[in-house]
Amino acid sequence: MTINKNQNGETLTIAIEGRLDTVTAPQLETEVKASVDGIKELIFDMSKLEYISSAGLRVLLSSQKIMNKQGKMIVRGAGEAIMEIFDVTGFADLLNIE
Amino acid sequence: MKDITVKATDEELNTVIAFVTEQLETVDCPMKAQMQLEVAVEELFVNIAHYAYAPETGNATIRTEITGETAEITFIDSGMPYDPLAKPDPDVTLSAEERKIGGLGIYMVKKSMDDVRYEYTDGKNILTIVKKLV
Repeated sequence: MTINKNQNGETLTIAIEGRLDTVTAPQLETEVKASVDGIKELIFDMSKLEYISSAGLRVLLSSQKIMNKQGKMIVRGAGEAIMEIFDVTGFADLLNIE
Repeated sequence: MKDITVKATDEELNTVIAFVTEQLETVDCPMKAQMQLEVAVEELFVNIAHYAYAPETGNATIRTEITGETAEITFIDSGMPYDPLAKPDPDVTLSAEERKIGGLGIYMVKKSMDDVRYEYTDGKNILTIVKKLV
């Protein structure tokens, strides 16, 4: 997994590439926690995300909970395979997906 | 039939995933089914790694029977007797604030596989998933 962060004022975009799984999800969680202070809009760019398991969903859920308190979170660019996982788990309704 | 036995730890996840995907690629498994199988393998293996022997560690055996028509994958461990299928399904309609994340992995497995079976025999947890590939 590769994580690219791009901050523009109070908007932070985190692009995730590759696999978000049990092994890599803790890295994303650490990145989010370290950089979300003062952020009003958190955007996850998933256009290059190939795979997500429940460990990845857990990080998205905890990020959503943080952003509910301080702004909003947007998920962008999720492909068909990722969307399918979001649909099955109800995350399609829980997340703000563009 | 093929099998692999590894230490049940997160560090071995990639070994297990590679063992399964290499075989799926030889039978031209559809992409969607491959993703569902990878997720199922991860969730079930990681469950064993996190809970079966806790706080100790032990081994897990993954046995595959993959043809052009079906993929049958069996997970065997000698840890505490535990039937993950007995767990109630999570409520997937709740909002972020109400959500508990537990049980989501097994739920995905149940939803995406054509059959999931559990048995406890000779001191072993034996969980089998079956996915039709055609």
